[in-house]
Amino acid sequence: MPAIAVDSLYKVFGKGAKAAVTQLKEGVPRSELSGRNLTAAVIDHNWAIEPGEIFVVMGLSGSGKSTLIRMLNGLIKPTAGTIEIDGVDLGSLSARELRRLRREKISMVFQHFALLPHRTVLENVAFGLEIKGLSKPERLERAREAVELVGLAGDEDKLPVQLSGGMKQRVGLARALAADTEILLMDEAFSALDPLIRQEMQDQLLELQAKLAKTIVFITHDLNEAMRIGDRIAVCDGEVKQMGTAEDLLLRPADDYVAEFTADVDRSRVLTAEAVMEPCGTTDTSEFATVESDVPVNELYEPVLSSDAPLLVVNDNADPLGVVTTRSIIKSLAPDPGSDDEREADSQEAQPA
Amino acid sequence: MIQYTRDWFWTYVWKPLPDMPLGQWMDSLIRWLRTAWAPLFDGVETFLESLYFALADALLWLPSGLMILIFAGLAFAVKGWKLAAVVGAGMFVVAWTPYWDNTMSTLAMVVVATGLATLLAIPIGILAAENRAASTVLRPVLDFMQTLPAFVYLLPVVMLFGVGETPGIIATIIFCMPPGVRLTELGLRQVDREVVEAAQAFGSSPARTLLRVKLPLALPTIMAGLNQVIMLALSMVVIAGMVGGGGLGEDIVSALGRVDIAKGFNAGIAVVILAIFLDRVMQGLAERTPVAKAAQLAR
Repeated sequence: MPAIAVDSLYKVFGKGAKAAVTQLKEGVPRSELSGRNLTAAVIDHNWAIEPGEIFVVMGLSGSGKSTLIRMLNGLIKPTAGTIEIDGVDLGSLSARELRRLRREKISMVFQHFALLPHRTVLENVAFGLEIKGLSKPERLERAREAVELVGLAGDEDKLPVQLSGGMKQRVGLARALAADTEILLMDEAFSALDPLIRQEMQDQLLELQAKLAKTIVFITHDLNEAMRIGDRIAVCDGEVKQMGTAEDLLLRPADDYVAEFTADVDRSRVLTAEAVMEPCGTTDTSEFATVESDVPVNELYEPVLSSDAPLLVVNDNADPLGVVTTRSIIKSLAPDPGSDDEREADSQEAQPA
Repeated sequence: MIQYTRDWFWTYVWKPLPDMPLGQWMDSLIRWLRTAWAPLFDGVETFLESLYFALADALLWLPSGLMILIFAGLAFAVKGWKLAAVVGAGMFVVAWTPYWDNTMSTLAMVVVATGLATLLAIPIGILAAENRAASTVLRPVLDFMQTLPAFVYLLPVVMLFGVGETPGIIATIIFCMPPGVRLTELGLRQVDREVVEAAQAFGSSPARTLLRVKLPLALPTIMAGLNQVIMLALSMVVIAGMVGGGGLGEDIVSALGRVDIAKGFNAGIAVVILAIFLDRVMQGLAERTPVAKAAQLAR
């Protein structure tokens, strides 16, 4: 069973939202609605997330991603469509049941941290447990574990104003982890942080995820971030423009909107040896140096340059999958890799001019 | 032509109209209330008077010398020795004039009026913050309460309760309550939306969110509102004195009547010293709220 499943989900803000959804279904464009003071934030989302997956929703501001994440825990009610958490339809729950679901199944990390300024780090982390109704010694004990997990041991008694942005967000993360829910919603969680700290936090999140295997929905407007941490990425602009792995988006963008986004992504970090390799054909590969299939391209430069022969890409069982040459690497870094035939046709057209 | 129209309008339309009987309606309403709801007003009067006299008696129970020490000690506890020195010296001056007893009566009146105003203002403020319709209805009502000249509603209050302390206290409550309501609403509305969302996202009930998140975060603003409530209440004591409210107000009113500069000055100084004491102690309390303390750490 998927951890989260949404089915033809719509959210329109403004008067006459229901009618607007019907119109959207009939194919009326989003721009026409905005002329009538209706904002279509989420249009026809259909997807499911398996437990343990990091699902990234990526979009510019105004693309409805914050609305989407708030619908997943019922803070905002959808205009149409259903959301199921572990098979339970959110729309069928009473307010009380919904609160219980939030306490037990879903926690959230916020862009601007949303900490209580008058409470210490430890008390902030224990906040979710306090709502759950745990006794004070027990919740402080569990909060202490979560604080250690995010690497803030020693800062338990500080107040939020005494922490840097990165540390504050660690507290936000610890608060969500302490609640010990299967699902973690992260709303632009790292967007307010400096680039270096942001990268550090991304690494830490991946590290924690390897240990804890939560189901994570991560909202971001930064495609590099999305590709770094996401198992799957949904590029949104009201509707889902494309959903797939980082490689899918880079190598097979669904439309110009997605292609434009992916244009300034650091491709060498996202693409792996497997994605750029060429078939080995009948060549004798036994003499070639080998490389694992999931190594990113930017770690292939040195081995490729240091040997005359191509690199042999192998999977976990050491079976050969293909070969990587300097040519295949350079080809992969070009923003719009069409087929070879197309490229030749392009260059011939270009020559006379 | 214009001249002609105006004259015609004046002579045949406007002048024959009877006077607007708004005031008469109010008058008959008050008279009706006085007879039909007499037990209610008597009950309110007994309640307010017993509260006021109990507090005034308590303040006058100890000799003035000891009370000065208590006031200074309070100032020291919430703010520090500087304020304690100022308050001690000020109260000493008051105790030296013949107006110590009336100063304590006025303090009792201010405390009773602001205490009741606070008990009313904070729930109303919460209602206004949580409910847009309530807020819309309340805004003109609060404007009305604050801008209507105090003398105007002093009259009906006197008619309902007779002359004495009660109309003074009620008029004071009406006059001083609006900033308490307004700043409670403002404080609650200013609470970081994301923090409230966080509480909701972790499954907090609306009541718990209000008590454990919104109110603590709004407390510094609410305290600022209460400070204004107290200052407004103090400014009403003179007007309350005109209807037999007792205390310094009565002294000032009688000094005004007899052009007794010495008496007026003494009573006036006592009001100022009370104001300094109450204002600074409230400020000190506001600075001691957890949120305000956390904010000071940031500096």
